[in-house]
Amino acid sequence: MVNANPELAYNSKIEGDITVTRADAAINWLRTNSMWPMPMGLACCAIELMASAASRFDIARFGAEVMRFSPRQSDCMIVAGTVTYKMAPVVRRIYDQMAAPKWVIAMGACASSGGMYRSYATLQGVDRIIPVDVYISGCPPRPEALLDALMKLQTKVRGERSCAKLLSA
Amino acid sequence: MTTDVDLPTAVSRQFPSAAPRPSLDCPAFNVPAGEALALLQYLRDAQACDFLMDLTAIDGSAGQSPRFTVVWHLYSSTKHTYVRVAAPCATDAEPAMPTATRLWAGADWHEREVYDMFGIKFTGHPDLRRILMWDAYPYFPLRKEFPLAGLPTEMSDADINAETGVGVISAPMAGGPFVATPGEPMSAAEPRAKDEAWNEKKEKPE
Repeated sequence: MVNANPELAYNSKIEGDITVTRADAAINWLRTNSMWPMPMGLACCAIELMASAASRFDIARFGAEVMRFSPRQSDCMIVAGTVTYKMAPVVRRIYDQMAAPKWVIAMGACASSGGMYRSYATLQGVDRIIPVDVYISGCPPRPEALLDALMKLQTKVRGERSCAKLLSA
Repeated sequence: MTTDVDLPTAVSRQFPSAAPRPSLDCPAFNVPAGEALALLQYLRDAQACDFLMDLTAIDGSAGQSPRFTVVWHLYSSTKHTYVRVAAPCATDAEPAMPTATRLWAGADWHEREVYDMFGIKFTGHPDLRRILMWDAYPYFPLRKEFPLAGLPTEMSDADINAETGVGVISAPMAGGPFVATPGEPMSAAEPRAKDEAWNEKKEKPE
């Protein structure tokens, strides 16, 4: 039987029903741990994205397991795969439909730079049409790389001045 | 691959205009565009070549006439044999070919792809639109004069084009295309061997 150390835990007798923190810290804490992805699965990277969601790698450990197929309910677009010029306007339109705050992960070589597709049909990097927060190298990247990118994105979000942005919006 | 040895003689008896086409594997025929459909129908009905394996085209480049050749690959599911039919398009500027969709419904998307990539119009096709590129795309990418990197143009969505100001660009080739050349040892044939200006062993020049 393990007893919680009352010295370290929240002590309601002393502190009452009030917790003091900064608004930025609270907002960012909420955002980092419930970053719902918009799975933009366009090619083979999407298979690795699915693997990250499954039990072995378990993206749920980072609060990002809720793949939302509606842009209105998602926070982080994961562009997983080759973006063709035919698909590019669709990707941009879905990005526009996402509610702020929103972030983008470019997963793999194709999404980041066009990859091996130096051709007439492929958008040479999804950052030509939408702002990208984290790029992942690899063809395709392993699920660990995606989790690493997600943690990098969480670190980035933790440092954002969310409250000031919300008030000025 | 099994070969139907009786088929070439039967075809040349039925279609005197069908000339044998050089082929390393199955029997192949060159046939005038006007008789292509009749030959295909004969092969389907009388020779049991009931399955259209593939329908594609060849661009012999701008100087050549006839420039475009449509190629049909047929397979017999009872005899397990293949046969190939090729027909040159009559005009080089506005290439056209009668549709095979009335013989095989599966020819529909093949012909749309050939139209998309080569610009060959299939007369009588029920729905001849582009299938891979978007409808307003101005080029035919598999024609010989079209560069691999592509040509600048606009994307399909006018709203997005106005918002992003981004269009289709020629892809940066960076010394490419990096494709392996045949007939060399692997160390010399692989793309990475073509540019050894700097690598893991040699430092990048300043």
